[in-house]
Amino acid sequence: MYDFAYHRAKSAADATALLKGKSEGRAMAGGMTLIPTLKQRLARPSDVVDLAGAKDLAGIKAEGGGLTIGAMTRHGAVATSTEVKSTIPALASLAGHIGDPQVRNRGTIGGSVANNDPAADYPAAVLALGATINTTTRKIAADQFFKGLFETALGEGELITSISFPKPEKAAYVKFPNPASRYAMVGVFVAKTAGGVRVAVTGAGPGVFRVKAMEDALAKNFSSAAIKDIKVPTDGLNSDIHGSAEYRAHLVGVMARRAVDAASK
Amino acid sequence: MTAAPTGIGARVKRTEDQRFLTGRGRYVDDLALARPTYAYFLRSPHAHAKIRSIDTAAAAAMPGVVRIFTGKDTAEAKVGSLICGWVVKDKDGNPHKAPGHPPIAIDTVRYVGDTVAMVVAETASQARDAAEAIKVDYQVQPACVDLARALDKGAAQVHPEAPGNLCYDWEIGVKADVEAAFAKAAHVTKLDLVNNRLIPNAMEPRAAAADYDAGTGQYTLWSTSQNPHVLRLILSAFVLGIPEHKLRVVAPDVGGGFGSKIFCYADETLVVWAAPRVGRPIKWTAERNESFQTDAHGRDHVTHAELALDKDGKFLALKVETIANMGSYLSTFSTAVPTYLYATLLAGQYTTPLIYANVKAAFTHTAPVDAYRGAGRPEATFVIESIVSKAAAELKIDPAELRRRNFIPSTAFPYQTPVALQYDSGNYPPIIDEATKVSDYKGFEGRRAEAKSRGKLRGIGFSSYIEACGLAPSQVIGQLGGGVGQWEAAQIRFNPTGNVQVLTGSHSHGQGHETTFAQIVSDKLGVPLEQIEVVHGDTATTPFGMGSYGSRSLAVGGSAIMKAADKIIAKGKKIAAHLLEASVADIAFENGTFKVAGTDKAVPLGQVVFAAYVPHNYPITEVEPGMDENAFYDPANFVYPAGTQVCEVEIDPETGTTEIVSFTAIDDFGNIINPMIVEGQVHGGIVQGVGQALLENAVYDKSSGQLISGSFMDYTMPRADDVPSFKVGYKVTPCPHNPLGVKGCGEAGAIAAPAAVMNAVRDALGPLGVRDVPMPATPLAVWQTIQGAQRKAAE
Ligand SMILES: Cc1cc2nc3c(=O)[nH]c(=O)nc-3n(C[C@H](O)[C@H](O)[C@H](O)COP(=O)(O)OP(=O)(O)OC[C@H]3O[C@@H](n4cnc5c(N)ncnc54)[C@H](O)[C@@H]3O)c2cc1C
Repeated sequence: MYDFAYHRAKSAADATALLKGKSEGRAMAGGMTLIPTLKQRLARPSDVVDLAGAKDLAGIKAEGGGLTIGAMTRHGAVATSTEVKSTIPALASLAGHIGDPQVRNRGTIGGSVANNDPAADYPAAVLALGATINTTTRKIAADQFFKGLFETALGEGELITSISFPKPEKAAYVKFPNPASRYAMVGVFVAKTAGGVRVAVTGAGPGVFRVKAMEDALAKNFSSAAIKDIKVPTDGLNSDIHGSAEYRAHLVGVMARRAVDAASK
Repeated sequence: MTAAPTGIGARVKRTEDQRFLTGRGRYVDDLALARPTYAYFLRSPHAHAKIRSIDTAAAAAMPGVVRIFTGKDTAEAKVGSLICGWVVKDKDGNPHKAPGHPPIAIDTVRYVGDTVAMVVAETASQARDAAEAIKVDYQVQPACVDLARALDKGAAQVHPEAPGNLCYDWEIGVKADVEAAFAKAAHVTKLDLVNNRLIPNAMEPRAAAADYDAGTGQYTLWSTSQNPHVLRLILSAFVLGIPEHKLRVVAPDVGGGFGSKIFCYADETLVVWAAPRVGRPIKWTAERNESFQTDAHGRDHVTHAELALDKDGKFLALKVETIANMGSYLSTFSTAVPTYLYATLLAGQYTTPLIYANVKAAFTHTAPVDAYRGAGRPEATFVIESIVSKAAAELKIDPAELRRRNFIPSTAFPYQTPVALQYDSGNYPPIIDEATKVSDYKGFEGRRAEAKSRGKLRGIGFSSYIEACGLAPSQVIGQLGGGVGQWEAAQIRFNPTGNVQVLTGSHSHGQGHETTFAQIVSDKLGVPLEQIEVVHGDTATTPFGMGSYGSRSLAVGGSAIMKAADKIIAKGKKIAAHLLEASVADIAFENGTFKVAGTDKAVPLGQVVFAAYVPHNYPITEVEPGMDENAFYDPANFVYPAGTQVCEVEIDPETGTTEIVSFTAIDDFGNIINPMIVEGQVHGGIVQGVGQALLENAVYDKSSGQLISGSFMDYTMPRADDVPSFKVGYKVTPCPHNPLGVKGCGEAGAIAAPAAVMNAVRDALGPLGVRDVPMPATPLAVWQTIQGAQRKAAE
């Protein structure tokens, strides 16, 4: 990796101050994506601000019937939290299937969502549950947050502080892992919420997206039979050695039906 | 031989694991050298390009840079070409095309990863920083990547010395005889196969460190080698011209090889060559992406095969046409793998009387391809066992039954196959009987029906493999074009206090030799295991050895140890006779004690050893002092492990996912020294075979030649949850020609498993009208196959 200056932030405010004016500054959560990127010399930050010591960024709170999860909360903590398991079990289960134990003990919800890897699991939950991303400067609705490949609505120096999830009536996430990386090749999060049914797909395209046709069908009849004949167009879907666009489109249907069945149990 | 609790046959826990599991293994990268420098190799980003110019000026001025070398420097210093040590003669008797392989490319790069420059700096990071500042002006050329098209007219050419990209066009068997048999056949089964290319991925990446002592002119190379003496021989006699006695090669703890660490690569060559020029020690450790790009890859065949059968299902003849990928340059043993380690195995366990194979080896703009766990034999097994199962399906004969009908009978050994090998021993029917019993083959159709009720497709597949390993009689290897002897050496050195060093020319890089070899010595000489130390991997201390590959360490290296132990006993008898005042003929050796037959007079080995080192009361005129014997062992034949694997899978037709629900392996490895270690070898081998069948695939972009599966993000290594708990068992027919009666076990799992898994996948999809599925049968491949079958059914 190239040389950079390393800073340890004590709080979100401290981190913001440390990043201020550093156009090549980068926040570091668990480093699960950032460090490999540095090692492969794909990034050349001038400064790295480690958020690990920012106590105000971690933790899980019950709030307004839903949950607010601090940006620095590790996947392992979400997976094992009794609070999450009782309020949104689908979210705990999603977190429990990210990577391997080492990754789950380092990787964070804030880092994952800020990074917006097109194959990451959390973005599907954030979008399907209609979560709110709380940052150091504002609140951003999930529908406005994810912008295409590795891009988000976050501005320069803006940090995610936490994410607020409303409690769904029913929800489930089913993932078809990429055989090699075990990120989502196709992951579908289905949620029946007060605001309606939402179906979010990760892994299949350049970023997480919703499937309106399925949402409409499920709003009328929340059963896997209701979406049996809905085909996802292959336009714009990813195609690589592990899955063609056709295969991914097909898997969206299969995973969606399995998610609906799981949510209905 | 008596079975002591730590002797032959005991499940002794691996003594080396204490240090490995507590982080005290010492690997090349752990080496602390005084004033070290670090090398970084700049590698070609193109599959094929002319180098117009290289500008190192800016890089040389970077902080910490000590020296930069390019192909111009090595060419001026007349560094030799890396060699291929096995000459394969084509149909007309001409040797294979052997284009040069300069350690640093001179004017042309031929694969992504080809070495372009070597930067030596104070730190590894500085070396890499400087490498990025080297300006190379490439003129990119079209690349030949697709093996199936490599020999076609118009394909981009890899070497001017090899027109049409043909390295050799080789054959075995009499084509006309085979054709005549086909003309009379009641049934012919045809099959097209691609044996997918694999990347070895040893856990420890390759590494090299070299030091030069200007005072003595002595070079030392620490290397992740499976065969340090062979590496020394190649580097000294062929590539660098260093006198052999002035080069010491040390292969300390090595974290897995699977074949990829047999070969002599550019990297260690350059580190040794540069050491005196830099005047300080140089270290290099591959990064994982370099391992992907530059470790010699494995397999990579395109094959058409045909099997002729009579009306009763007896095999009449087999015909095989294979194109084998050599990659861009010939790696050390590359030419032998798809010929003498492949086509000579095509008889399998069967009496097929006529076999013809034609192998065309092709150059492509990809990494060199060479031996990888099994080397040629997995490819042969995949052809035979796939076509046998396909014939069974076509003829509606039970696949186990078709195999039984064609097995070489136990009374026929030694059995001469039509493809050069003479199998020494074996008894195949009881193996498949046991395998069908353990796998509950009878109950399979019930399980298939039950799976169907859950929407799953269940299939079962057999693979009855043979392998020739324990490489092997030197004379035969020489006749076949091999450039080295294939014996092994051992030395048993007692210390005056009675403990023992066993020095072996074999090399352990995960196999557990320190335990297995100690068990042999303990059993044979009655010395407690704790008093035995196995020493390997250093040309300065161990006898010249050929190293470990081809499942040869126990059959050949272990046999050398047995011979050395015999010499210890013979010498001990003379000393004991003197001490016991008896005649040598009356001395017997048992459980570590010399006895005078028929009396209670005895002297323990320890006392005899002590007398040999403190020869006060000693037959000094007849026997030399000391107790230190060495032996070389050159086997009479290969050894021929064989077995049957049965794999059962369940496929989810909606996603194409294959789950292995049951896996049985019954093997004949001859006598077994340590069943626990053997099981570990079988488990690991099966996992690698399953990896090839379902997961692993080295994929190059067909036009650019970029390695797409260049990291673990895209190259699917098998994980623990990809495989079930294996059911393994043994049938024993001891090897008749080595003193331990052992056969090899290191490669068997990887040799047999791909066919077992793929046959199960084909069987599962059979009801949909599917006859073949590409390997690896990834979810995508299976799903696409199912889609294709459904489209066809709808037409
Ligand atoms: C082997 C492996 C397997 C994996 N498998 C999966 C998987 O199956 N599914 C999956 O979803 N993910 C997977 N991941 C990714 C993992 O879940 C991490 O969440 C992800 O890598 C982000 O890591 P991190 O939280 O440590 O963030 P970092 O790597 O530290 O940061 C990632 C990016 O986010 C930015 N960032 C971090 N925190 C904030 C914040 N609070 N506000 C704004 N920006 C921020 C950083 O500047 C950086 O650009 C895997 C990772 C590895 C290494």
